[in-house]
Amino acid sequence: MISFNLFVLPFSFGLIYLLYMIIRWWTKWIRALPPEDRARFRKGIFSRQFFSGLKEVFLESLVHRKMFRRNALLGFMHMSFALGWFLLILAGNIESRIYSTSHVNPPYYPIFLKFFIHDRTVLWFEINTVPGFFRFLMDFLLLFILSGLILAMIKRGRSRWFGMTRTTHSQLTDRVALVCLWLIFPVRLLAESFTDGYYGAGGGFATQHLGNLFAVLFRESSQHIAYALWWLYSLALGIFFVTLPFSRYWHIPTEVLLIFFRRFGIPPKRIASSFSQVEIGACSRCGVCIDVCQLGSAARIHDIQAVYFLRSVRDEQVSRDITLRCLVCGRCQETCPVGINIDLIRLIERYNFSGSHASDFTYLPEPAPRKAQVAYFAGCMTHLTPSIIRAMKGILQEAGIDYHFLDEEGSVCCGRPMMLSGKHEQAGELIRFNRELILQSGADTLVTSCPICFRVFREEYNLPVRILHHTQYLLELIKSGKVPLQTVFRKVAYHDPCDLGRGSNEYRAPRELLAKVAELVEVPEEKEDALCCGGSLGIYTISSRKRDLITSDALDKLTSSGPEVLVTACPLCKKTFSRLAGIEVLDVAEMVYGAIPE
Amino acid sequence: MKEFGYTVHKERLIDYDRNDKRVLNHLKKHEPSVLTCIACGSCTATCSAGQLVDFNIRLVQTLLRRGEIEPLKKEVRKCMLCGKCILICPRGVNMRNLILAIQTAIDKLQ
Amino acid sequence: MTAASRLADLGEQVILLEREEQVGGHLRNWDRLFPNRRPGYEVLNYLTEELGSKVDIRCLQTVTTIFSGERDFQLQLASGKSLRCDALLLATGFDLFDARRKEEYGYAIYDNVITSAELEELFRSGAPITTRQGKVPKRVGFVHCVGSRDEKAGNLYCSKVCCVTGVKQAIEIKELFPEAEVFGFYMDLRMFDRHFEEMYYEAQQKWDINFLRGRVSECAENQDQSIVLKIEDTLTSRPLKMTVDLLVLLVGFVPSPETLRLAAMLDLPVGEDRFLEPADEHTKSTLTVKPGVFLAGAVKGPFSISNAIADAGTAALQIHAYLKTL
Repeated sequence: MISFNLFVLPFSFGLIYLLYMIIRWWTKWIRALPPEDRARFRKGIFSRQFFSGLKEVFLESLVHRKMFRRNALLGFMHMSFALGWFLLILAGNIESRIYSTSHVNPPYYPIFLKFFIHDRTVLWFEINTVPGFFRFLMDFLLLFILSGLILAMIKRGRSRWFGMTRTTHSQLTDRVALVCLWLIFPVRLLAESFTDGYYGAGGGFATQHLGNLFAVLFRESSQHIAYALWWLYSLALGIFFVTLPFSRYWHIPTEVLLIFFRRFGIPPKRIASSFSQVEIGACSRCGVCIDVCQLGSAARIHDIQAVYFLRSVRDEQVSRDITLRCLVCGRCQETCPVGINIDLIRLIERYNFSGSHASDFTYLPEPAPRKAQVAYFAGCMTHLTPSIIRAMKGILQEAGIDYHFLDEEGSVCCGRPMMLSGKHEQAGELIRFNRELILQSGADTLVTSCPICFRVFREEYNLPVRILHHTQYLLELIKSGKVPLQTVFRKVAYHDPCDLGRGSNEYRAPRELLAKVAELVEVPEEKEDALCCGGSLGIYTISSRKRDLITSDALDKLTSSGPEVLVTACPLCKKTFSRLAGIEVLDVAEMVYGAIPE
Repeated sequence: MKEFGYTVHKERLIDYDRNDKRVLNHLKKHEPSVLTCIACGSCTATCSAGQLVDFNIRLVQTLLRRGEIEPLKKEVRKCMLCGKCILICPRGVNMRNLILAIQTAIDKLQ
Repeated sequence: MTAASRLADLGEQVILLEREEQVGGHLRNWDRLFPNRRPGYEVLNYLTEELGSKVDIRCLQTVTTIFSGERDFQLQLASGKSLRCDALLLATGFDLFDARRKEEYGYAIYDNVITSAELEELFRSGAPITTRQGKVPKRVGFVHCVGSRDEKAGNLYCSKVCCVTGVKQAIEIKELFPEAEVFGFYMDLRMFDRHFEEMYYEAQQKWDINFLRGRVSECAENQDQSIVLKIEDTLTSRPLKMTVDLLVLLVGFVPSPETLRLAAMLDLPVGEDRFLEPADEHTKSTLTVKPGVFLAGAVKGPFSISNAIADAGTAALQIHAYLKTL
C-alpha cells in the first residue's frame, strides 16, 4: 500500500520537472564539449579526480569554506541552508527506510514522512543513546536551517554584520524563488508540529513541544490546519523547484558540474563554450563581488558589477556598455566563492561585439634586432616614464650585462590591450611580430618593465626563453652580487599592479627587492586584495573624472600609514598615480638605481 | 545654396552641408569626450602605429567628425589599441573607446 | 607693493608682511619683461622706491593663524608676535608648475632640459649659456603649455603669460646666439595684450624663429645628451622628429599651497582651478565675499606684471573706501 495524498502532487511535479531540466542541460553541456574535453570528462569520472571533486563539492558547495573565510556569519548563513538541507534530505531518507513498511517508497515519502507516520517507536540502537534519535536529529537539522533563515532575514536590514555593504538587487524570478525557499522550512516546522500535536506523537524536541502548544490552542482545528500546512509545504517546494532553473538557485546543481569540469581538467576557452555557460549558471548571485568593485565603491557606477554582468549574459541581454565598463582588475574574481573566471567571460562578451572588426597590421616591418644574451622590452607605456628606462639602463650598465633594448626606438604593442577589447585574433598579429623580434635577438632571458607585457608574454607568447619582470630580474642581479647597494631606507608603501599581482601571481619579488633599499610600511589592501590604480586599459567606457575618483580613493588608502614615497612596478600605475599623488611616486627600478653608490 | 568656385576640386572639398553626420552623432553619444579635442597632435605624435605607417589619429578623428567617412573606413584598423594617446591627451579624450565607437558606427552604416 | 604705496599715499597705515627675505616675489628673479624687454630690476626699483618709508615692511614673516573678529582681524605670526588690523589684502602671488610632473619631457632626467624660470635666471646672472656639456647651443626648443591646459597635470586653465614669455625668451636667445635655430612648439599662441602680436611678428620677421604647431608628446636623449623630440606637425599632418641641444619648458602658474592655507582660515571661496574667487568677476574683482578681505594679483589666477600692478591700484582704492565706512 503506497502512502499517497493529493497534496504531494505539487512537490512531485516540481521535482520531476527539476530533474528533467538538470538532465537536459547537463547532457547538452557535456555533449557540446569539444571531443578532447569530452574524453577528459569520461576519463575523469573513473579517476581519483572524481573523489577530489566530491570533496570539493562538500567543502565549498555545502560547507561554504571560502565564504567563512570572508565573514563567519555569511558563511554560516549559506552553510546552514546548503549543508543543513542536504543532511535533512539524507537523514530523512534513512529515517524513512527505517520506519516504512514497504521496500519501495515514492520520492515524496521521506519529505512528508511525518504526515504518513506518527509513532514513538524506540529503535534498537536508541535504547542506550538518545531516545528518538532520528526525531531529535530531524528537529535539530530543521532548527539549524531555520537559524540560517533568521540570519538571512537579518541580513536584509543589517548586511554590514555579514561583511557586505551593498547586496544584489534581485529580479522577479529570484524573488519568487526566494519567497518559496523561505517558506519551505518554517512551514515544514509548523506542519510537523501541528501533526504531532494532533496525534500526540512523532515529533522531536521542538516539534513535540510546539505541537503540544498548538493542540492546546487550536484543539480540533489542528488537523485541518495541519493539512493546509502540508499543502503549503508541498506547494512551496514545488514552485521552488519549478522556478529554480530560471533563478539564481540554478547554481546549486550547476556548481557541482563546474567543480567536476575543473577537476577533470577541462579548460576555459576564449570564446563562448560549455565551460563558460556552466560558469555563468554557477553564479549564485551572492553579491560579494559588488563591494570589492572599485567602480562601485569609488566611482559610484553601480549596475555593471560581476553579478549583474553574469546575469545579463545568462538572460541573453548583454549590452555593449556593460561589457566595456570593467577595469578587468580581477578583484571580483578573487573574492568569488565559486571561482568563476569573470574577467575571461567579460572578454568573451567583448569578442562577441568587436571580434569581427578587422585590424590592418600589414605595416609591421621585418624585425631585425641586434643579438644579445638578455633582451629588454620596455613596453609602450614605459616610454612615457623615461625615468624607469634611465634607471634600468643605469643598473644594467652597472652590472655589466650584455643586453639589447628591443624597443628603444619605439614599441609595437605587446598585444594585451588589444586582447582586452576582445579581439584576440587581431592581437595575434602583434604577438607574432614581437615574438619574432624576441626570438631573433637570440636572447635566453627576456626582461620587461611593464606588467601588462609581462603577463601576455607568459600567457600567450609561447616563448622558449626565461621571461622576467624587471623586479624579478633586478632581484637576481642583486643576489648575485652584480649590483652594489647603499641602503637609503626611506619609508615606502608598495602598490601591487593588477597584472603583476593577481594577474601573474608575483607578490614576493618586488617586496624582497624593495626591502633591500627601503622600509616598507603597512598597506590596508594588498597582494591578492590590492586596489587597482584606475589607469586600467581594461575599461573602455569611463570619463576622466570617474577614473580620477578611483585613483584618489586608491591613493588615500595606500598613503594612509604616511609613507614618504609610493612605489609601484608598473609605468601605467606610476603615470596614473603621479597625476594626483601628494607624495613622490617611483618605480622599484628607480629606488634600486637611486641606492647604487656613485 | 551657393556653390562658390569649389566645384572644381570636389574630392578635396569638405562639404559640411551635405556630409554624413551619422558617425559624428554616434560618437557624440558614445564617447562625448571627443567634443573637447583641441587637435594639439600629441596623440598622433606618441602613437605606436604612427611611427611605423602613415596613420594620423588626430586627422582621422577630425575628418570623421567633418563627415568625411568613405576614405577613412579602413584607417582606424591600423590602431593597436595600446593606449599611449589616452595617457598623453591634455583634454582627456578617450581615444581607445573612440576607435571602438568609430568601428561600430561604420559597421552600422553598412 | 603697489597697493601698499597707494594706500599709504591715501593716508592709511599699512603693514606689509613678506615671507621671503626681500619683497618683490617672482619679479626679483626675472631678467627682462615683455613686451618691450626692459630690465625687471627697473620695475622692482620703482616699486621699492615708491614704498619708501611710508610703509612698515616686515620680511621673513609667516602667518600661522588668522582670527576674524566682528570688524577686525587678529594675525598670529610664526615669530610669536600678533597683529590686529581692520582690513586684509591677500597678494601672496603664485607658484610655478613643477616640471618633474611632466615626466615625458625629461626634466630632472635628461641633462639639457630646463624651465623658463631657470633660463631667466641664467639671463640675469649674465653667465654664458651652454648645454650641461659646455657646448654652445645650435638649436634651442621652447615647449609651450607645460603644466597648463593639461588634464593630466591637473590644471585645465591657461596660464596666459607663458606664450608671450616663450616668444620673448626665443628672441633673447637669438640675440645671444644669432647663428642658432630657435623653435617654439605650441598648441595655440596666446598673444593677448598690446604689443604682443607685434612681438610675435618681430620674432618671425627679424629673428627667423620657427613656430611649429604641435604638442610635444615625449622626449628622448641621444648619446651626446642632445634631446630628441617626437611631435606631430599638425599644420602638415605629418609626424616630425627633431633634435635640439637645449629644451626650455614654459611652465605655468599653479596656486600656492600657502595662499590656499590662508584662504581656508578666512573661509574664502576657491574656484575649481584652485585659485581664489573675488566677490564679482567684473564689478568687484578685488573684493571678496568676506568684508575686510581683499585680493590682488595672481592669487586670483595667472596675471601679467602690468595687469597685477593695475589690479593692486584698484584694490587700494577699494580698501580705502571700505576703511572709511568703519
